[in-house]
Amino acid sequence: MRPRMSVRTSENPAPSHVFEIRGGSVNVPALRLFCSDIPAIIALLQERIQQAPEFFRDAPVVIDLHALPVDGEPLDLAELALALHQNGLVPVGIRSGEPGYQLAAKQAHLAVFSEVRHEPSPRPAEAKTPPAKLPEPKPEPRPAAVPTRIIQQPVRSGQRIYATGDLIVLAPVSAGAEIMADGNIHVYGSLRGRALAGVQGNAASRIFCMDLQAELVSVAGHYKVSESLDPSVRSKPVQVYLSNDALIVEDL
Amino acid sequence: MARIIVVTSGKGGGGKTTTSAAISMGLALQGKRTAVIDFDVGLRNLDLIMGCERRVVYDFVNVINGEANLNQALIKDKRCDNLFVLPASQTRDKDSLTQEGVGKVLENLSKDFDYVVCDSPAGIERGATLAMYYADDAVVVTNPEVSSVRDSDRMLGILASKSRRAEQGEEPIKEYLLLTRYSPQRVKLGEMLSVDDVQEILSLHLLGVIPESKAVLNASNSGTPVILDDKSDAGQAYGDVVRRYLGETVPHRFLEEEKKGLFGRLFGG
Repeated sequence: MRPRMSVRTSENPAPSHVFEIRGGSVNVPALRLFCSDIPAIIALLQERIQQAPEFFRDAPVVIDLHALPVDGEPLDLAELALALHQNGLVPVGIRSGEPGYQLAAKQAHLAVFSEVRHEPSPRPAEAKTPPAKLPEPKPEPRPAAVPTRIIQQPVRSGQRIYATGDLIVLAPVSAGAEIMADGNIHVYGSLRGRALAGVQGNAASRIFCMDLQAELVSVAGHYKVSESLDPSVRSKPVQVYLSNDALIVEDL
Repeated sequence: MARIIVVTSGKGGGGKTTTSAAISMGLALQGKRTAVIDFDVGLRNLDLIMGCERRVVYDFVNVINGEANLNQALIKDKRCDNLFVLPASQTRDKDSLTQEGVGKVLENLSKDFDYVVCDSPAGIERGATLAMYYADDAVVVTNPEVSSVRDSDRMLGILASKSRRAEQGEEPIKEYLLLTRYSPQRVKLGEMLSVDDVQEILSLHLLGVIPESKAVLNASNSGTPVILDDKSDAGQAYGDVVRRYLGETVPHRFLEEEKKGLFGRLFGG
């Protein structure tokens, strides 16, 4: 229902050149139609929009015509596009193998997306109640879980450890060692080295440690060195996080 | 197959060579066939500490280059039949050591010996990394002061990542902490890190604590491993270390300031 499509996007013009063409891929929900009854489609759509107005606000949508009954009424693409616009959606293109629809899309200034192989979808069993079959819009796809890295051995001076997700260290981190993570960092031994959470810029990441003696702590590039850490938090269990671009070191 | 022990620390002057000499002699005295190799090519010292400097004909680099065989280069200790010394070359530098060459020598020694002790040079460069590369056990010699502790910590990181065992994903090197030049008086005065301080930073199994002792310098000057001076505190402490290494449970000694009797106070310690 939410196909991943390759679309060509252009970037803002840079002074050195007017534009560049880059391939990229974006997620656009597809509206997969099982009938060509525009009033019925719009009625159900409005119901859905009411349930999740934020999700649908100015949402680009691809009209997928593959599941339309071949022998049914032909769909008036221009009218549907207009109706979608009126309901706050932004139709960007269609998906169809039918030359007739492809031509209609061109006239309605809609893109025709390349054919993708569809998994066989159940056709509506009863033609009399087709609008009820409009599939639920799925929630945003969850990003694949990044595995947490767990270190059980002491992290020695001079060693560097990097985790693409969260990092858990069940041993001391020595002075002169460096631990980094795109996500959160947990240290259950003494933290004497450097700890950098959210190194890819995730400002919501935090550092948790049982004994703060760090040379440096950093969250998403905001850092404090040992000297600027308040003596009241030294050698204590603390968490370090960002709040309004300020690095907060707080007792646990 | 011999067990290969590296004596290392990172920092110089911490007691690596003294320890290598003492441990190898201690193991030999316990009936283990032991070879001790000086990896400090260019700054040869082990032969002096072992008292065999006047009998060096061939050295480690000669063996690696195929200019001599192991039996020609190994020097048998005069005090103990089980102990052999492979001296370093004084005229070459550390680049004369190659990983394959070292590997071959250790493999050959492994056939005849129970233990091979590798006396590492200071630093983390070639000589030091080759000394620890093939090790099964590591004795990390540390002095109770912050820079020595940090260097040891660095060395432990290298042991954990750049050794043969680490590279081949085998069981990691067994690491032991040996605290040397320990002075309970100075710890009490706050001038030195205590055993607990060092343990907390390095979190390692403590193999032993060797007290700062005049006996060590005397032993070095006379070319006698200090472990043979069993009247001295350092000698006894090394004796404990060897027994502990071989699996005996021996309580730690010399951690507290010794109470001097009247005679001690009158005549000095």
